Amino acid sequence: MLDHPRGPALLDAVARLLRETLIPQLPPGAVFQARVAANAVDLAAREMRQVADAESQARDRLTALLGHDGDLPTLEAELAARLRRGDINTDHPGLQQHLWATTLAKLAIDQPSYAPYRRTLEQLEQRAGTATDQPQHHPKE
Amino acid sequence: MSITMSAERDTLEAGLTALVRRLLPRGSGITGLQRLSAGATLQTWSFDAVGDAGFQHPLILRRSPGGLRGAESLSLPLEAALIRALAGSGATLAAVVPEVLHTLVPDDALGDGFLMTRVAGETIPRKIQRDEAFAAARPRLVAQMGAALAAIHRADIRTLPALPIRSTAATLANLQRRNEALPQPSVVFEFALRWLHQHQPADPPTLRLVHGDFRLGNLIVGPDGLCTVLDWEIAHLGDPAEDLAWICLPPWRFGQIDQPVAGLGQRAELFDAWQQASGEPIDPARVRWWQALGSLRWGLGCAGMRDWFDSGRDATVERAMIARRVSENELDLLRLLSQETADA
Repeated sequence: MLDHPRGPALLDAVARLLRETLIPQLPPGAVFQARVAANAVDLAAREMRQVADAESQARDRLTALLGHDGDLPTLEAELAARLRRGDINTDHPGLQQHLWATTLAKLAIDQPSYAPYRRTLEQLEQRAGTATDQPQHHPKE
Repeated sequence: MSITMSAERDTLEAGLTALVRRLLPRGSGITGLQRLSAGATLQTWSFDAVGDAGFQHPLILRRSPGGLRGAESLSLPLEAALIRALAGSGATLAAVVPEVLHTLVPDDALGDGFLMTRVAGETIPRKIQRDEAFAAARPRLVAQMGAALAAIHRADIRTLPALPIRSTAATLANLQRRNEALPQPSVVFEFALRWLHQHQPADPPTLRLVHGDFRLGNLIVGPDGLCTVLDWEIAHLGDPAEDLAWICLPPWRFGQIDQPVAGLGQRAELFDAWQQASGEPIDPARVRWWQALGSLRWGLGCAGMRDWFDSGRDATVERAMIARRVSENELDLLRLLSQETADA
């Protein structure tokens, strides 16, 4: 129905316009805010590209973990409530795997340059490369 | 927006000019007024008071025009009273606290706030971490931070104004309530809360002054190292391990994640300096517990920005982007609490 370029490509173009053309012309006092705006545009583009897969994978994990289907906000609220009540503990099978996978998928959208996230990805790559006979604790996204 | 801001500035300039004429003998007015922080609730302004024979006094104004503040914050008059008390409580502390010159009164018509002497130096973390001007300061800073924290934690609390008491249990219960009030639950925060409950340390035998936000950004650094500790607004009585952990939070390393202390050095150096200055031992497990609590606290702070944005109280891009930093803290919590990455 819609024609191209679509939302993420438009946002990429807006971010380029901000960084390459507009920011160099701004007075120094406005540059910081404009950089934050360009970062926000990048984030929105990543979200549009990645959110559908990230949410459907999270829903699949939660369905397996909780033993029934549902929409994502309901399943997340249920897991949070069961952890809070203590009928799921921190060592519950599959829980930490789900938390890691969810958090890494969020960082890939929110802040992929965050240094602890970069480090985590490096560690996962090393582990995948060296310890292939060990069961992997953290998922590789 | 810019018309409102310039009107606010004109009003402030007139108010400060009148204040300087009242406070300084033969004071003529002010010059070089500029806003340093863009905070919606707490403003920091820099200016020079012009005194006798044109002599200029470098000053900072900290003010809250509308009185809207975070629930954890001290009132500005109380913050000023605390800083004044610390300045009078011994040479070590006096050397690192700002000099408060005047606490605003209603007749000043400038809102809540206080004036302090402006100290030369740098607060921007990445400049302190990288610029050549601080090359000699960097190897000293971690030990100086440890010694300054020890002095803060050893302050005689009987000489201080009444401060909030935050026991370990009450701090954790407060974060639990804030987490339960979130419109969208974070499963990682629930996970962290369970871990925190299961590993909660006993309260320290005596309550100590805790700064509460001791990190780069709130420290003025000069060519020789630490000059001044700023931003006492969430100071309270509690466990000193809270401060020793907060300075090690991953976001306060500003990218230098292998240097846990402010992106500048190792915990052993901080702890050695603190122990040497205080004569007391540090329990690293207790500091690690407070680091997990700190990541949860900052994560909840980020999550709370959503309400500021949605309600229109501060619907700026900057505020929105802080709200999207929840996941950084979720990652920091997982890295800290998982065996594989437990050295984070």
